[in-house]
Amino acid sequence: MSLIATLARMEAVRDGRARPLTTVRHRHLAERPLVFVPLTTAGEAGAPLGALVGTERERPRLLAVPQPRDRDLRSAFLAELAEEMLPYIEGFAEDVTAEERKETDPETGKKVTVEVELCAGAPQLLVPSAAGVAYVRLLGRSMRFRRTAEQDPETPHPAPPRVPLLGRWLTHFGERARVPGSSLLLPVTQLLARHWATGQSTLEDQHLGALLAWTDPPAGLTGAEAALRAELARDAAGQLLHPPAGPATDPAFDNKLLAPATARFDAGLPGAEQEIRELLESQLRPTWEAVWRGVDLLRALPEGERVGERWKRDRWSYTAHRDRVRAGEPPQPRRDDAVTAARKLAARETAQAQLDAQEALDDPLVMAGRRLAGEAFAGEVTDVVMEYTEAKVPRPRPLVTLRTDDSPFLADGVKVHRALPGGKSQSAEFAGHVPGDPGALTVRLTGGMGRGKVPEPGSVPEKGDRVCWTLFEHAPRGGPELPDPDRTPWTHGGPPGEPAAELPDPVTSEDLL
Amino acid sequence: MRGHSFEARAKADGGTELVRLLHERLRDGTPAPGPGSVDVPDLTASGPEGRTARTALALREATAAGRWALLDHPLLALPVSGTPAFLEPDAVVVHPDGSWTVVEIKSFPVIDGAADPGKVGAAARQAAVYVLALEELAARTAGGDAGGGVGSGDDGDSGHGRDGGDSGGGARVRHEILLVCPKDFANVPVAELVDVRKPRATTRRQLARLARVEDIAAALPAGTTFDLRLADDGRTATRPAEELAAAVEAVDAAYAPECLAACELAFHCRARARAEGAVAALGRGLRGELGGLTTVESVLAAALDGTAGGAVGGGPASPGASADAAPDPTVVALRRAAALRSEALALAPFPAPAPAPALAGTEAACR
Repeated sequence: MSLIATLARMEAVRDGRARPLTTVRHRHLAERPLVFVPLTTAGEAGAPLGALVGTERERPRLLAVPQPRDRDLRSAFLAELAEEMLPYIEGFAEDVTAEERKETDPETGKKVTVEVELCAGAPQLLVPSAAGVAYVRLLGRSMRFRRTAEQDPETPHPAPPRVPLLGRWLTHFGERARVPGSSLLLPVTQLLARHWATGQSTLEDQHLGALLAWTDPPAGLTGAEAALRAELARDAAGQLLHPPAGPATDPAFDNKLLAPATARFDAGLPGAEQEIRELLESQLRPTWEAVWRGVDLLRALPEGERVGERWKRDRWSYTAHRDRVRAGEPPQPRRDDAVTAARKLAARETAQAQLDAQEALDDPLVMAGRRLAGEAFAGEVTDVVMEYTEAKVPRPRPLVTLRTDDSPFLADGVKVHRALPGGKSQSAEFAGHVPGDPGALTVRLTGGMGRGKVPEPGSVPEKGDRVCWTLFEHAPRGGPELPDPDRTPWTHGGPPGEPAAELPDPVTSEDLL
Repeated sequence: MRGHSFEARAKADGGTELVRLLHERLRDGTPAPGPGSVDVPDLTASGPEGRTARTALALREATAAGRWALLDHPLLALPVSGTPAFLEPDAVVVHPDGSWTVVEIKSFPVIDGAADPGKVGAAARQAAVYVLALEELAARTAGGDAGGGVGSGDDGDSGHGRDGGDSGGGARVRHEILLVCPKDFANVPVAELVDVRKPRATTRRQLARLARVEDIAAALPAGTTFDLRLADDGRTATRPAEELAAAVEAVDAAYAPECLAACELAFHCRARARAEGAVAALGRGLRGELGGLTTVESVLAAALDGTAGGAVGGGPASPGASADAAPDPTVVALRRAAALRSEALALAPFPAPAPAPALAGTEAACR
């Protein structure tokens, strides 16, 4: 955590409410996100208990499993979930725009421009917390290998139609959520914690109720008081006033309310199912409201300039998976082969570098953190000297001197970058400190001035301008290409061979899902 | 609930299944244990001391027998700050070669060969403590005749020698524990060996460094006790809450947010840490960043106080920072951070509800 973020936490402690960490919103927020608040059965892996799901704040759909150990009831839940989620997810598949992309022609090996489809929008899934993201992955894993009666008539306990498809989509969402800066699947706690610093630790920020209490404390309470209430306050019956955001439930709820109700359901008492549904709704509804309140708070922030660019990559990711589903490809494998895994890792590292750069460029407060860390410097231009290269066709290499209070880590010849209006960036080299004048330094512009002998107007800063240079690239690119999977080196297990068809999880007598 | 039922499932059929899982993981070419080849000694005894002694005896017998044996819920003792603590592993398996393996049964799933790393780490740390206790016991068993088993837990890294191949007649505790978890979404047990040398070394070092209970007790007011004075039913506490709170208050606590996950007193310590304005309440890492500044107030004072030199309101904030001494680098960095932050907030596109000292200086170039 940078010292600036630390300071923001201290300010939050002092003021009794959260303090901004950013001046803009750094993640895309869809106009109509799909909010998913799941609950799981304590102790069981991937045995859902219930969920609220929907795109409309006023009318969430409640799904419940009255007896999570009953395989058929779980299947019914998943079928309902697919019915609710898939129309939303697939709703973005048809509206496409044409995009040009460079591809290598398989015959000639040359790069050619091809026109491909890009979906104009993409679904966005919001869950309350990071545990919710993990749960979406888990649900995806538990569903995508299942077979429907149509795919395999012999299969015992066939999955309802479309459930394996939802599994593939949820797996895709879960996988995409691991890419820094992506917005297909987002936990609200992470979103809030990115934009505001609370007066508690990052660990306590995982609690959606407490985090919201700090970010937007109710009238008359400080953030700390409101957060404590969200964490601990219980009613006369010993139930939490703010149930946990899930997917895990509060043990007191499990033992005192849910277990007796489930027992009544098992005994076949009339009304037991309705009772369980009401109980689950009582646990889910506060979290549902909290998620939307978080969305309200985030919407109040203006969107960062480069957020749309990152969202476009999410749209690419969505389009690519749509194409894989349409092409009838098998579900994602249980484990990636070495090359795919390395590719994913490299892509995530690049995405992280891009996110770091873009957030800083979009937001002076984030840039302040980079400046403090010596990775950027800003100041007023005090002098510009025109110089040229000594080549046959001289190129402009103006020397720009500026005065800054920052202390960047510069060595001779270090490349620095600056954002130009219009989204381009200009490169320069550090040319040295001005002797006898601490805080003044000179850089030599090396690019971004057009192709002519004379720099394009406006491309060279003038005396009195305020400029901000960064030591990091603005559009960092990934490393070298990785080999095709069938050329995996022996150090990484060699070529993976023909992918064996992934079998569904075997059904055992001990099976719980 | 699931934890218990899964453990019962894993230990079904007299431990044969568990030993088979272990043998399968070892891959050492020895013949697999057949049915009926696993001894399950009876460990019932009265009181913790009785059970520990019974466990020690059973372990010695099983080691000498040269057969597989499964000790279900043995009880071990480990001195912690000079006081014995009793530990109950899920199981300990004695190999035919006389070595011992700790078995830890957990109910979190292993999905596609991978489990939650946080949970595996916690299980490894837990098992490392059992390994330490067993090593202690093994040393005592081996050196029992020579009478040299006393204090073997304090001698630093003596455990390394026991890891070696020499079983030399004495018992040997394997440094790989067997972690048993449900596989995928079913309740079928799957096992994996986990190397606990690292958590074991960490725990050993921490145990050796722990303040002794007597020393802590000596620093407390005489008569401090946490006794609940339970009524005859053994459940109702009769001690007044204020009295107990005062006793708890007398003990110092080093609160960090990680405590919340592990300790029932954490909320109490947190309230105290917050009341004191301790920066550690905001996170351990953050505290490390701030050097000698330990309270929120002193940090803010240092950051917002524009005057150089460091008259930061005295107190614990800036010990030894006087006008002529070199300014504390933390304070310098904090001031710079505060200046940068308020400068950036001043140009926020939304009305920041900040009592920000309006630092003139447009930084539009950085947008």
